[in-house]
Amino acid sequence: MKRSRIGVSAVALLSASALVLAGCAAGEEPATGDSAAIITTNGSEPQQLLIPTNTTETGGGKVVTSIFAGLVSYTSDGDVENEVAKSIESEDGQKWTVTLNDGWTFTNDEPVTSDSFVKAWQYGALLSNAQSSSYFFDNIEGFSYDEDSELTGLEVVSDTEFTVNLINPEADFPLRLGYSAFMPLPESAWDDLDAYGENPVGNGPYMLDGDSAWQHDVKIDLVTNPDYDGVRKAVNGGVSIIFYTSQDAAYADALGGNLDILDAVPDSAFETYESDFPGRSVNQPAAIFQAFNMPYYLEHWSGDEGKLRRAAISMSIDRKEITDVIFQGTRTPATDFTSPVIAGHSDNLAGAEVLDFNPDEAKKLWAEADAIAPYGDTVFDLAYNADGGHQAWVDAVANSISNTLGIEAVGKAYPTFKDALNDRDANKLTGATRAGWQADYPSLYNFLGPLYVDGAGSNKEGYSSPEFEKILAEGASASSVEEATAKYQEAQEILLVDLPSVPLWYSNVTGVYSDSVDNVVFGWDSVPLYNEVTKG
Amino acid sequence: MLWYAGKRFLQMIPVFFGATFLIYFMVFAVPGDPIAALYGDRPPAPGVIELLRAEYNLDKPFIVQYLLYIGGLFQGDFGTTFSGRPVADVMAQAFPITARLAMLALAIEAFFGIIVGLIAGLRKGKLFDASALVISLLLISVPTFVVGFVLQLVFGIQLGWARTTVSGDAPWNELIMPAIVLASVSFAYIVRLTRASVADNLGADFVRTATAKGLSRRRVVTVHVLRNSLVPVVTYLGVDIGSLMVGAIVTEGIFNINGVGGTVYRAITLGEGPTVVSFVAVMVIIFVLANLLVDLLYAALDPRIRYAK
Repeated sequence: MKRSRIGVSAVALLSASALVLAGCAAGEEPATGDSAAIITTNGSEPQQLLIPTNTTETGGGKVVTSIFAGLVSYTSDGDVENEVAKSIESEDGQKWTVTLNDGWTFTNDEPVTSDSFVKAWQYGALLSNAQSSSYFFDNIEGFSYDEDSELTGLEVVSDTEFTVNLINPEADFPLRLGYSAFMPLPESAWDDLDAYGENPVGNGPYMLDGDSAWQHDVKIDLVTNPDYDGVRKAVNGGVSIIFYTSQDAAYADALGGNLDILDAVPDSAFETYESDFPGRSVNQPAAIFQAFNMPYYLEHWSGDEGKLRRAAISMSIDRKEITDVIFQGTRTPATDFTSPVIAGHSDNLAGAEVLDFNPDEAKKLWAEADAIAPYGDTVFDLAYNADGGHQAWVDAVANSISNTLGIEAVGKAYPTFKDALNDRDANKLTGATRAGWQADYPSLYNFLGPLYVDGAGSNKEGYSSPEFEKILAEGASASSVEEATAKYQEAQEILLVDLPSVPLWYSNVTGVYSDSVDNVVFGWDSVPLYNEVTKG
Repeated sequence: MLWYAGKRFLQMIPVFFGATFLIYFMVFAVPGDPIAALYGDRPPAPGVIELLRAEYNLDKPFIVQYLLYIGGLFQGDFGTTFSGRPVADVMAQAFPITARLAMLALAIEAFFGIIVGLIAGLRKGKLFDASALVISLLLISVPTFVVGFVLQLVFGIQLGWARTTVSGDAPWNELIMPAIVLASVSFAYIVRLTRASVADNLGADFVRTATAKGLSRRRVVTVHVLRNSLVPVVTYLGVDIGSLMVGAIVTEGIFNINGVGGTVYRAITLGEGPTVVSFVAVMVIIFVLANLLVDLLYAALDPRIRYAK
């Protein structure tokens, strides 16, 4: 990977000059900042001890990605760059050979070897260890959901090389390797994993600031790891992640100058954050896809009639107006089934015009469907969970459909997320249902496979298309990521015709930062790239 | 007196068991699987969920769960949170902070409330009295979170006199603003209680007698009027200790204080039985002790009250 090599030297040069500048001019140069300055940002108490394979929520995830370096890491636009890996190669997308760079160490001076990865992954996948990320290893040979079973697909060749055998080919397998579940663990972790989880030792751009760095329910202090020499080298002195129980309190702190970066503006400030922080706010799409689905087991929504009605419904929704009025522009109208932060996202897929607001065409298609089987005065309902703040947009979408098609469309509220899920799982819906998906790692496949393949865990509304699955499988076994992307886009073009899910919009990340920090860039996962932030 | 206190202490035993049993049952009865809810949109593998349910005894019947908890309690084990932290640690962190906040609030509301109430009572119908009544009415009718956000905006953000939120160690000086917010409503009630009580007692026979004896106005007011007027106020303060400790959820949320209210609220939403019950049990004890203290104070304040055998 030539590209990442160039990246390394460029960053290394930058930080070297930062050191020099800080040494002689004490941070008078705003572009580089003070290399000892500590950035403060918001976070939440990690739900579990900081074991990478047991960290699936954002509170702990922020810390894990900062203090560990995996085989690869993600750039702000969702591309991968090699970190510990020198190369990750495969002929067929099924048998992968991973070669590690020399010279990587954990902050306790242990070297990072093939064992550091393989042992950590084995631990994460083993059922009786009850790790929340265990399912990330389910495509590696030997994995079992039902019993303790060793990942026989992992084989250590030497200290700097190991192989991974997958059950099914996966062309973009390297894309998932930057996710927290795939981080290495030092040998010392295995002595007492609970103690390790309190005070983890990693190999990332930051490390915990001493034994009491993690003050439960209060904050966690990270400082720059001086030995880190990867692509994410920090230009500041560290990050202090302060835990907030309410986003309003965090916003008040940002306004009061006690917080440098806030990565989640509360709803209550949607109208004011841009004027409160002129030129210092971020509002960009996140890796979150929002849609609603019509179950195939309902009358009127399958076959040719269903296709016409799905397209009609989709074209009767004014996405732009709803995102502007209801969400004050903090959502981005959808143009595909993935997210703009994922490499391979497209806004000009063939057939994407079905996502445009087009009342005349919608009425025409609806009438064609009525010619096949009349819809009559059936009520179109859209199920949502009332505990998630969805009512406003559901009502707006229902109104938009009502006004365009002249049918009665209403929202149907379930008290909790769990209630709504029960009826979805039991095939007991009476109409459409809200659906959303957040990517764990920046891969197109991650947005498609789990949701639209027949029998997949999250394909709850019963979509089944052999043609779609064939192209998706071709993408998975493609020989390059580019080829795979083309296939995944082609597969989405089938989805645009069938519309098993009606795309609505992508959720945005909204953040603000104070005038004491610069160069604040949000990553594909909506977390700021702390290592690039300059302060002072 | 001692016998009375001892009897009250013994009463705490059934109160403790009754309260923990009821609370544990209520947490148990909340619908939904706490482990599934913990992970929300990203559920772990089904086998992992089962293992976690077993680890936290959630797969056992209610009475077994409760007895396991009580059994652990007698060995000094308060259980663990879903994040694997001992509940005892969480309590050791949260209670001192909330206690400091509550004490500060209690001091503020008692000191200012009694002074304002006394002056208003002595000058019944005058301008001071009227404005005290209006202000207290205002404080009672405005919700706490409004007072909280306004103070935070004005003193924290615009004037910059106080820190917008409280930092981790919750030092006394940073707690002053939250304590004022927390005390605001009770302050208003104390003003009104003291005022009414003082105004009543001013016309009482013993005050006329004291004045007739030739005591100075100052002595009549402080020793005879105020002391007797404090009986209802002390009752109120005693009950208020409990609600200040428990009811600070809103204030703690606004100022990001990591105290009892917020912790219990979070534990309830997570369905974390041991945390909720342990916290509530301690709060029940605080409540009972505060009430005992109030009852004993009555005797000191009002010579007519005696606790005989």
